Amino acid sequence: MMFLQGRFLPVAVQKKSEVRSSDLAFLMALRGLALILILGFTSIVFFLYFQSRPLIAQEGLSFFWGREWSPADNRFGALPFIYGTLVTSALALLLASPVAVGSALFLTVLAPHWLRRPTAFLIEMLAAIPSVVYGLWGIFMIVPLVRTFQVDLQNVVGDVPLFSGPPLGVGFLAAGLILAIMILPTIASVCREVFGAVPTVNFEAALTLGATRWEALRMAVLRASVPGILTAVTLGLGRALGETMAVTMLVGNRAVISPSLNSVGATMASIIANEYPEAASDLHLSALTAVGLALFVISLLVNLGARWIGTFYRRKMGF
Amino acid sequence: MNLGVQMGGEELSLEKVSAFFGKKEIVKSVSFDVANREVMALIGPSGCGKSTLLRCINRLHEETPGAWVRGRIQLKNLDIYGPAVDPVEIRSHIGMVFQKPNPFPGFSIFENVVAGLTIRGVRKRSYLADVAERSLRAAALWDEVKDILKAPGLSLSGGQQQRLCIARAIAVNPSLLLMDEPTSALDPISTAKIEELLFDLKKNVTILIVTHNLQQAARISDQVAFMYLGDLVEVGSTAQIFTKPTNVQTENYITGRFG
Amino acid sequence: MARDQLHQSHFRRRKLKNLWMQFLMTLATVIAIGPLLMVFFHIVALGLPSLNFSFFTELPAPTGEVGGGMGNAILGSLVMIAMASLICIPVGIGAGVFLAEFPRGSIPRTLRLVIDLLASLPSIVVGLYVYAVLVVPMKSFSAWAGTWALGILMVPIVVKTTEEVLRLLPFHYREAGLALGLSRWRVICSIVLRSRRKAILTGIFLALARIAGETAPLLITAFGNRNWPSGLGEPMASLPVQIYNYAISPFEDWHRQAWAGAFTLVSLVFALNLISRALMTSGGTRGGELGG
Repeated sequence: MMFLQGRFLPVAVQKKSEVRSSDLAFLMALRGLALILILGFTSIVFFLYFQSRPLIAQEGLSFFWGREWSPADNRFGALPFIYGTLVTSALALLLASPVAVGSALFLTVLAPHWLRRPTAFLIEMLAAIPSVVYGLWGIFMIVPLVRTFQVDLQNVVGDVPLFSGPPLGVGFLAAGLILAIMILPTIASVCREVFGAVPTVNFEAALTLGATRWEALRMAVLRASVPGILTAVTLGLGRALGETMAVTMLVGNRAVISPSLNSVGATMASIIANEYPEAASDLHLSALTAVGLALFVISLLVNLGARWIGTFYRRKMGF
Repeated sequence: MNLGVQMGGEELSLEKVSAFFGKKEIVKSVSFDVANREVMALIGPSGCGKSTLLRCINRLHEETPGAWVRGRIQLKNLDIYGPAVDPVEIRSHIGMVFQKPNPFPGFSIFENVVAGLTIRGVRKRSYLADVAERSLRAAALWDEVKDILKAPGLSLSGGQQQRLCIARAIAVNPSLLLMDEPTSALDPISTAKIEELLFDLKKNVTILIVTHNLQQAARISDQVAFMYLGDLVEVGSTAQIFTKPTNVQTENYITGRFG
Repeated sequence: MARDQLHQSHFRRRKLKNLWMQFLMTLATVIAIGPLLMVFFHIVALGLPSLNFSFFTELPAPTGEVGGGMGNAILGSLVMIAMASLICIPVGIGAGVFLAEFPRGSIPRTLRLVIDLLASLPSIVVGLYVYAVLVVPMKSFSAWAGTWALGILMVPIVVKTTEEVLRLLPFHYREAGLALGLSRWRVICSIVLRSRRKAILTGIFLALARIAGETAPLLITAFGNRNWPSGLGEPMASLPVQIYNYAISPFEDWHRQAWAGAFTLVSLVFALNLISRALMTSGGTRGGELGG
């Protein structure tokens, strides 16, 4: 072997040390690149903190429960945006999750085979449409629709707290609707993967016990997929929290805390996009960056949560 | 739909049963009868249609897109492909055990056993506990799991899981039990335990078992049906098939010349 | 007897529930597809008639006047996307190679986590970051800043697909190269990467499709410009930002142009997605989770 190598591949033998050093340099270069990326990521926290320092110096942690946001008076409280983010995201999850889970079940189990791939493809295309296009569509299609709904509802049931106030069209309801449409493909495609991973024999075993198709789905597919569905919904939540343009265009962008879905408001992401380009004072910029920092931390936590769900169920619940 | 009136005699009777995937005929006009509380083994090389035939009997075959069945299958006095028959109803009288153990993920041992009852709306705790114990005893698993009934079904060993699946299948009190190579994924010790179990089970239930393992067929069955390329080649008592088969293909197969 | 009747009525209820739930699942699918078809319909119905030659070639008309186009915005988008690709695709491939070929150790583990988190980061946060790093020191919005924002958003997608497709490559390919006496890095560059270049391109096109529509980070980095791109140190217009500005404007003609812009943008994004899918199928390997 050594003889052969020496005879036919002299280059390789002669340059053995050189091979090793070039490999080492290659590995070092890649490792350096990796370290730069890791450092770059951690520096996001640093830079965002650095930018928000003036605000944090003035307001401290009370920034996060301050209810008043008035840049002209240098009063900055982020609670309206935290509230707006929660309301719109919750609304979106409430509307999108059942539809996403239902359609994923239909597409993995019920639908005829020829229908599955094209439909799944269509739903995934929903995810490719840019946020700003959803916003444009929302302004001209969702807002008038929501306004009609609000007017009709007030005519029929009168003034209920959840739908009180002037029917403007723009506001929490419109933003929640557009968010629901946008996060639906995310949840649906993760669910489809999860349901597809359940072995068919489990479904069949349930059928042989005398279950109807729905019962077999519930027993063998849905229950086995609880952790997967939770992960999908959490990922959808992560997307809803950070979604910016479409919400900015539909939510009204006013720092308002109101229990009514008719009300205008703002989310953490939308207020940044709406006020940042025109913010006049450093303190205002700093406050908006602090909102961004909070958004960053929340979205990190949500995504780490999505990872943790899987591990938790595998360990504790015997999945 | 009243089953179980006629006791004794024929449990299951197949008449010219053919099974298709689209245009492809997987099972070709198979006819045979299984007597009450008898064990019938279906043998034959892989791909001969024996599993498909099994899945026709509880109308599982038709759940696969493009699959359909022709012919007549009677369970006791009921034509299971009759127009008024609901497959869901019929399946609750026929248990099935699959090749690989498949307890439901997220279900405890107890929940797995009584799954067939809970879907029927049985909620009474004491009754469920009763059935669970009876079924687990019948599946020879009770002593091993009686203290861990709340543990996940998937936490058991492979052999235990398969016995759990048998318990789950007999918990709804079926009159016929279909088994699709139930021991092929198991180690020899677990296999022996399940074979032993079959002797007790057949006191109460008719068993149709697909197996690859000829020794197993010889040990456990009363009747043997040999299938080849979708055809039923020969059916007869176990002793007759293994000692003096009338068909030369059967002889070649059981003497190990092919398969 | 009574028991039997009870059983029968319960059975009917179960069957009804079965039908009802199947109906609901079908309905859910229809509801899921409905908005998509509506968005498509409106983009085509409102966007296509508004398209004309000058839309692609002219500058925006002064406020309130009819006519003009988004030529500068389209060009600006192309410039920034191209620059971002030049800088960040090599970085992404390099990091992907690192994760796939040297997967053990604490650095790859951390990097994998960082890439996952980066992929799920709201893009506006990336915009804020680039603003702090580039716009503040340069004291001006700039095309450079926009480029970096887009680049950062590309990196995780390229890294993930590269890592995934390289892992699918059986180890004997590498062994064959190493047995020839090639060094590890030669094996990676000339065997591993070459044999998977189509699949890696899949990831690149996916990344391009994602950043082509990004608006929020550009809004606070490249900002916008009413003139033709003149330099990377200047603010630069981009198609998505222009669509946003026109959409929220009060002028009818700008709305019309916003729809035309949306049509152009969606066509571009879908084309990039379809190319990526086509590459995935022709590449012969499953390229990732978007395969369905």
